[in-house]
Amino acid sequence: MSAGPRKPFENKIVEWVDSRLPLFTMLDKEYGVFPTPKNFNYFWNFGAIAMFMLVTMIVSGITLAMHYAANTGIAFDSVERIMRDVNYGWLLRYIHMNGASFFFVAVYIHIFRGMYYGSYKQPRELLWIFGVVIFLLMMATAFMGYVLPWGQMSYWGATVITNFFTAFPLVGESVQTLLIGGFSVDNPTLNRFFALHYLLPFVIVGVVFLHVWALHVTGSNNPSGIEPKTKEDTLPFHPYYTMKDSFGILVFVIIYAIFIFFMPNALGHPDNYIPANPMVTPAHIVPEWYFLPFYAILRAVTIDIGIPFTEVTIITAKLGGVLLMFGSIAVLLVMPWLDSHPVRSARYRPKFKFFLLLFVVIVLVLGKVGGMPADVPLFHITENMIFTTTHVAQIATVYYFAFFLVVLPILSRVEKALPVPASIHESVTNCKSSCEGNA
Amino acid sequence: MKKVILTAISVLALSSSFGVSLSHASEEGAYPLPNVDWSFEGPFGTYDKAALQRGLMVYRQVCSSCHAMKRVAYRNLTALGYSEDQVKAIAGEYTIIDGPNDEGEMFERPGRPSDKFKSPFANDAAATSANGGALPPDLSLITKAREGGADYVFGVLIGYASAPPEVTVLDGQYFNKHMTGNVIKMPPPLTAGAVAYEDGMPQTVEQYAKDVSTFLTWAAEPEMEQRKQMGFKVILFLIVFAALMYAVKRKIWAKVH
Repeated sequence: MSAGPRKPFENKIVEWVDSRLPLFTMLDKEYGVFPTPKNFNYFWNFGAIAMFMLVTMIVSGITLAMHYAANTGIAFDSVERIMRDVNYGWLLRYIHMNGASFFFVAVYIHIFRGMYYGSYKQPRELLWIFGVVIFLLMMATAFMGYVLPWGQMSYWGATVITNFFTAFPLVGESVQTLLIGGFSVDNPTLNRFFALHYLLPFVIVGVVFLHVWALHVTGSNNPSGIEPKTKEDTLPFHPYYTMKDSFGILVFVIIYAIFIFFMPNALGHPDNYIPANPMVTPAHIVPEWYFLPFYAILRAVTIDIGIPFTEVTIITAKLGGVLLMFGSIAVLLVMPWLDSHPVRSARYRPKFKFFLLLFVVIVLVLGKVGGMPADVPLFHITENMIFTTTHVAQIATVYYFAFFLVVLPILSRVEKALPVPASIHESVTNCKSSCEGNA
Repeated sequence: MKKVILTAISVLALSSSFGVSLSHASEEGAYPLPNVDWSFEGPFGTYDKAALQRGLMVYRQVCSSCHAMKRVAYRNLTALGYSEDQVKAIAGEYTIIDGPNDEGEMFERPGRPSDKFKSPFANDAAATSANGGALPPDLSLITKAREGGADYVFGVLIGYASAPPEVTVLDGQYFNKHMTGNVIKMPPPLTAGAVAYEDGMPQTVEQYAKDVSTFLTWAAEPEMEQRKQMGFKVILFLIVFAALMYAVKRKIWAKVH
């Protein structure tokens, strides 16, 4: 992007453009020669896959918006018209609906990759933070998108989620009123959610640009967590990784297509095919599956926190749940400073690896109990004590936060890492004895 | 890498077995839904056109006296195997209120293929008050809007029984094995022999329920056959494309160590 000395191009048109705006020089530098560690495994495909999903969502979403009507009187009908009467409307909608789920699948694996191989560590902290911001924006976009079909779960999901904000003292009620444009979820809510659902994806594009820019400054991390040292350690991004990413995207899209064409409603909730009705509350209000772990954390707080032995409540159970839920994402922002261990990759940190995989199990458990009603009895501990789903959620929530706030700082200090190879090349060639001899 | 995948698989297995034990713990209700072997199930499933036509008969002669299906148009019935003239004739049997005309008056006219199915009541309030305070739901999306889909609809239709002592059934209510809460306000809609089939299929409650559930599944997902056919082409194309890309990737990477 800089206007430094420039190598001229042979093609006259390309040269004409490039001498005025060095677009091709930039592309060549950032993708043609961009030195990329040569030892990526298939986990490194998920950045490109997430990018592919973002574009898919924007293209299918804009087309859907051409047929959708954001008015509570006809929103549900307009979606059904898309499904039945618009040419290939069912295909568009199923692409978009399942696309949201698969975008989250890709991003969750991408985040796990970052955690497992220590991609958040110095010097990639800002890159990681942009990623967390994208994740937050995605959650807001997905939530507002789910409201648009104006089914029962749309309406009641919007009611429950916007109700969180009333938990905040003093400003809470006003914030909620501003958010939904009135005193209950209604037409103004649907209108502003549609406007924002159309806007936020482009904000995501902007932050993705920053995310990729930051990536191209520090360069990619890799499975060994060692910085590239010599030319032997890297490959140009194109054609090596453009081709590998294309293959990875295609495999991902095959699974995505199986859902679109053969089980398009498997990830949704049947209640959202019932038009919104403010007079009838569904028996069991649940968000989409990708929010369930956070929903479980929200509901895990069941007691008011106050000054002991007095009636004074400082934090109500509701506010506590909301704070923990936001905290569960906010804590990701400071992860680079909570884990200051010099070794990046979990490959050489068996203890970190154990606690991280346990963390993944715990998040899945949270997702499972988040989808169930609260206080479902599981088994008896003693005659009068019953272990319920809420207890599972509470224990899991404690581990969720302990992983970041206790385990990571302690491991940073006490964990003795396994011997780390001298270079990426050595980690790949795996020539233990001979390489040691050379070193 | 292999190790990571192995751990990931064991992690998933562990958590899903935990999930299974959780869902067992929360399972309730003594009457599991019947598991019917539908013609439209599975990736190769298609609609049985004869069943669809019989189902339409059951809907028109029984269900439609209370339940609307306002998202389906008469013209859609060509998908059931009817010719355009047959569809015109079916639509023509209904009287539709249209208007206003040039004088500002509403008027009655025979139905056209482009009309949506005529609703039995003018609005939800009329439907509710005529049905003892319970709104008969619109059936256009019923199999998508209920857990269990066609099995659920079939289950409710054949699920009437005398109430066990622990369930209280008030006046104007009926015990039903598969309805949420086991109590329903709809009187048993189907009786054997009520709809005269012309193709010799048994005229039993079970057969009626099966046919109308098939018809309602079509009404909710009229695109299903086209969707599955396209799906096979798309996935076949993607597999070939992915294999090709894999070969390209292998070739390019061959020299790298």
